[in-house]
Amino acid sequence: MSKLNLITKGFVKDNPTFVLLLGMCPTLATTTSAINGMSMGLATTFVLILSNMAISAIARFIPDKVRIPSYIVVIATFVTLLQFVMQAYVPSVYDTLGLFIPLIVVNCIVLGRAEAFANKNSVFDSALDGIGVGLGFTVSLTVLGLVREALGSGSAFGWKFMPGDGVLVFVLAPGAFLALAYLLVLFRKFIAKQ
Amino acid sequence: MEYILIIISAVFVNNILLSQFLGICPFLGVSNKLSTAVGMSGAVCFVITLATLVTYLLQRFVLDPLNVGFLQTIAFILVIAALVQMVEIVLKKISPSLYSALGIFLPLITTNCAVLGVALTVVTKEFTFGGEAHMLNLGESLVYAFATSLGFGLAMILFAGLRETLALNNVPKAFKGVPVALITASILAMAFMGFSGLV
Amino acid sequence: MVVALGSITLVCSALLGVMHEVTASPIEAAAKAKTQNAIAAVLPEFDSLSELKTCEYGSYYLASKDGEPVGVAVNSKSSGFGGNIKLMVGFHMDGRICNSQVLEHAETPGLGAKCTEESFAAQFRGFDPAVKKLSVSKDGGDVDAITASTITSRAYCVAVENAVKVFNTVVKEESSNE
Repeated sequence: MSKLNLITKGFVKDNPTFVLLLGMCPTLATTTSAINGMSMGLATTFVLILSNMAISAIARFIPDKVRIPSYIVVIATFVTLLQFVMQAYVPSVYDTLGLFIPLIVVNCIVLGRAEAFANKNSVFDSALDGIGVGLGFTVSLTVLGLVREALGSGSAFGWKFMPGDGVLVFVLAPGAFLALAYLLVLFRKFIAKQ
Repeated sequence: MEYILIIISAVFVNNILLSQFLGICPFLGVSNKLSTAVGMSGAVCFVITLATLVTYLLQRFVLDPLNVGFLQTIAFILVIAALVQMVEIVLKKISPSLYSALGIFLPLITTNCAVLGVALTVVTKEFTFGGEAHMLNLGESLVYAFATSLGFGLAMILFAGLRETLALNNVPKAFKGVPVALITASILAMAFMGFSGLV
Repeated sequence: MVVALGSITLVCSALLGVMHEVTASPIEAAAKAKTQNAIAAVLPEFDSLSELKTCEYGSYYLASKDGEPVGVAVNSKSSGFGGNIKLMVGFHMDGRICNSQVLEHAETPGLGAKCTEESFAAQFRGFDPAVKKLSVSKDGGDVDAITASTITSRAYCVAVENAVKVFNTVVKEESSNE
């Protein structure tokens, strides 16, 4: 697989949200606006890149039996690191995303990439893979957030283009499911034609 | 009275799946058949309550006194992973029939964000029941955890029932599988919104 | 096997311990900046600010300019729909509310979370609790509730009401001190 391919595959072919349907909890919960979706995506990408690199570096020394717990410890370390950094430099984003930052630990995407890619590839390739998958996730979350924000609040990235409230339900819980359902249909129909 | 409020709030108003979005992976993944949904709900209920008990004690008697609150995430996830392993082993020895019913779901539960989510919520969030906001004590935490997992079970079983019926119908090709399931979940979430304001 | 897992956990915890030390002061600074910004946003112009003081109803900061007291910023909270709503409420010395700002909330995005928006908060600016009634119009007061979020709006009013109580106590204490 070429290096470029490692980065681009996360956007369409192996898109974590629309194709693999991984990490659904943050996808639904944090996409009330485009900015929130993007922040969540970038936070996950940060953890994904670092954990991919670390796991790829130490995978050879870990006995097979304690493989998964070791990966979880490594991932949890980077998640806590991320919590420190966010609390220090972007406290408002940290407050908005709340519980879903520590929950990156149990995001199947991160553990999935460790298990499926990082433990049998070089550190550099694993970093690229982390960037690719992470950015794919970020773009998906941003798009979903943008759709929900536009329909629900009549704004995009906080910029209001429509007076009034919009269809409130899209910002609320049911709208998360609904928006994701239709985006998934559109994705299947137009982008990933089988 | 307060316990009743906690239960109603956790099962209906702030349903863990339909309004908090925790544990969506099993919600979409193993809701094709009613029987598996029931099994999964049982396993989750068991693990959430047990994990909350252990992590609550861990937080109050180890992490807080030692002033190492920053190890929370890492400690909780390790404890949950170990706990799930232990439950699996114990269940295998004591009750093989229960093991065969729940067994296949147990490994999946470690990475179920509902478990870690509830454990973290219980020790960090202030709750408001009847006016005054306060941190939950052990009894309330356990009731909250149990009620939350009941809410998980309720939503899961309702959803699985709907999906079983849905499978018999003609669905446009692009909507087949997950999209139509998501639309069903959306309608279910809308129904649950009717409970808001109840507590 | 145990050694491998044990050493990984040990290394990771040690790393986190170090990072915790390193980031502790920026985190504290960020929290402090947040409070300072909130105080500046809710008070009229001032040049010196007291330490956090407490009275029986809550805690507050006293602001003064050229030695004259110009305002009081009160930390206040009440319970909303999703959890606590924490406010910073600023008062002119004549008892009018200067401004209010949400410090922390857990309200539903799109509904109660609108309490952070200008359109709702603006109506408290210059609000005189001695003349107008601090409750939502549904309850016979003078505050327009956020659409479909009466609980949040009520909670906001309650928090401001609490702040008024603190302010009144403060003014009484300060005048008796002189």
